[in-house]
Amino acid sequence: MSDTTVTTEKKEPIMALQGVSKYFGGVHALEDVDFEGYPDEIVTLVGDNGAGKSTLIKILAGVHQPSRGKILFRGKPVEIPSPRAAQALGIETVYQELALIETRDVPANFFLGREPTRGTSKIFVDRKKMVNDTVHTLKDLGIVLPSLRTLVRYLSGGQRQALAIGRVMPWGGQVIIMDEPTAALGVRESRKVLDLVLQLKEKGCSVVVISHNMRHVFNVADRIVVLRGGRKVGDRMKSETTPDEIVKLIVGAEML
Amino acid sequence: MEPDKPFSTEEDPARFQSEGALTRFARNQIATLALILLAMVVVLSLSTRTFLTATNIFNVMRAFSWIAIASFGQSIVIIGGGIDLSAGSNMAFSGIITAMLLVEGVNVALSIGAGLGITLLVGLANGLMVSKTKLPPFIATLGMMSIVRGFCYGLTQGWPVRGLPRSFVALGQTDLSFFIWRVPLPAVIMVCFAVLVYILLDKTKLGYHTYAVGGNEYAASLAGIFTGRVKNVAFTLSGLLAGVGGILMTARLGVAAPTAASGYELDIIAAAVIGGISLTGGEGNVWGALIGAAIMQILRNALVLLGFPAYWQPAAIGAVIIGAVMIDMYRKKSI
Ligand SMILES: Nc1ncnc2c1ncn2[C@@H]1O[C@H](COP(=O)(O)OP(=O)(O)O)[C@@H](O)[C@H]1O
Ligand SMILES: [Mg+2]
Repeated sequence: MSDTTVTTEKKEPIMALQGVSKYFGGVHALEDVDFEGYPDEIVTLVGDNGAGKSTLIKILAGVHQPSRGKILFRGKPVEIPSPRAAQALGIETVYQELALIETRDVPANFFLGREPTRGTSKIFVDRKKMVNDTVHTLKDLGIVLPSLRTLVRYLSGGQRQALAIGRVMPWGGQVIIMDEPTAALGVRESRKVLDLVLQLKEKGCSVVVISHNMRHVFNVADRIVVLRGGRKVGDRMKSETTPDEIVKLIVGAEML
Repeated sequence: MEPDKPFSTEEDPARFQSEGALTRFARNQIATLALILLAMVVVLSLSTRTFLTATNIFNVMRAFSWIAIASFGQSIVIIGGGIDLSAGSNMAFSGIITAMLLVEGVNVALSIGAGLGITLLVGLANGLMVSKTKLPPFIATLGMMSIVRGFCYGLTQGWPVRGLPRSFVALGQTDLSFFIWRVPLPAVIMVCFAVLVYILLDKTKLGYHTYAVGGNEYAASLAGIFTGRVKNVAFTLSGLLAGVGGILMTARLGVAAPTAASGYELDIIAAAVIGGISLTGGEGNVWGALIGAAIMQILRNALVLLGFPAYWQPAAIGAVIIGAVMIDMYRKKSI
């Protein structure tokens, strides 16, 4: 198995997984995986369904705890016991499941779990600020929704995805993770998301994008990490690989 | 769901602004419910002589205030994705604890504090069973319903507690004057609690999180909401508010019976459901529960005034519950 480690730059990774395994009962979702994310860099994480991509990013997002192995953040070993802890470290995640509340309106979803409060009380929600900030961010991102008071239940798949992506933007995260962000999107929408990913890199973020779309992967990636059956089977700079090779790594052709 | 639309799609941006006043009104559940309530009042006022008398209105308001207050707590739980079947038993329990202390000569405030404290703890126990041991709320509170009822019988040996002091009984029987109107104290207390629960659910972070947990628990936890805490608070408040309802009931009846409020949990849940609080969680508000409780009580009253045999009442109430929920489902689908 070829596993080229790439350290062309001398930069230190913002975050790293070292020898991480994750078991769900008898299922080995991840097995002894090393994974790094550097500032100003876009890593795409690819692999077949069930390869362990979502599990990997959920360990970084504080949703799952590794069964084995270490997480390093800015060089120091850390635990990320909850999504809240990940947010506190500056790790922002757009989940494959989008994680929206269908029975609530746009601002409530936009600020889900992090509603701004009025005054010093920390009790009362500052609804005005929620609405204003939602409008501004969505406008900056060129996202138009029918009405902010619409329940998410009535939004289309693309609108939901736009909302799920847009809401992680205002928090100044240094690590931005997107699990299949273009899955529900058409050509133009996908283009916008990819532009956004590039902008995040310009801002110095470490961006992790999961995608099945080879064109999208080669469009934005600096580095491509391939998982198969829970193991890392490839870690290539984009400049040193081809879509062909990546596809072979994904499906596990023997000739490599 | 059309995947091929860009973000900037103009998908019916006008739809929400230009829709007719009628559609907007129909979309507003509370308005619909209030209209049904109003229609009932009008029909009854015209068709019976007694409905619109001060005494009758009084009795209706008194009688539904207990159920309504308990159903505000129930609403918090249901909106948070749970259900609290122990509410009826809790109503009896707070009354019995308070009454037993009162007849021992403990002062009113302390006795009430103890009665409320104990149902608050019962609620917290419900919450912990659901949040820590992951018992389904239906099972946890079904068990608790029986446990608490058992305590009611056990502590009283099955005998009602009588001889409550006037200063306590006054709570359920006093009327306040507002200008020319005289309003029963329990109804005033009910409105106060409605406002408090409305503020909690609609204006606070905790309220936002309650809707989120009920709407999609997994999404709420991914967003960093501590869902267990939210559930603990919801069940605790349901216990407390059932306790408040129980104390007002006991004060009104002047006696605390271990059999009191038997079966009320279903009325309490029905009030919330008629009021548009979806049992799947994440939706509805306290005004719905208030109107739902009023509709049920007025219906009961109407059946009596119209000479409907009392034995058939449950059938009529049941039909209304089913009808109300069907209308609500249809409304949601068609708009
Ligand atoms: N919460 C879970 N409980 C049990 N098994 C899980 C859980 N999450 C993922 N798995 C399993 O782990 C493996 C990897 O899943 P996942 O990380 O979602 O793959 P991918 O995102 O690459 O499609 C799959 O076999 C999946 O069934
Ligand atoms: Mg996945």
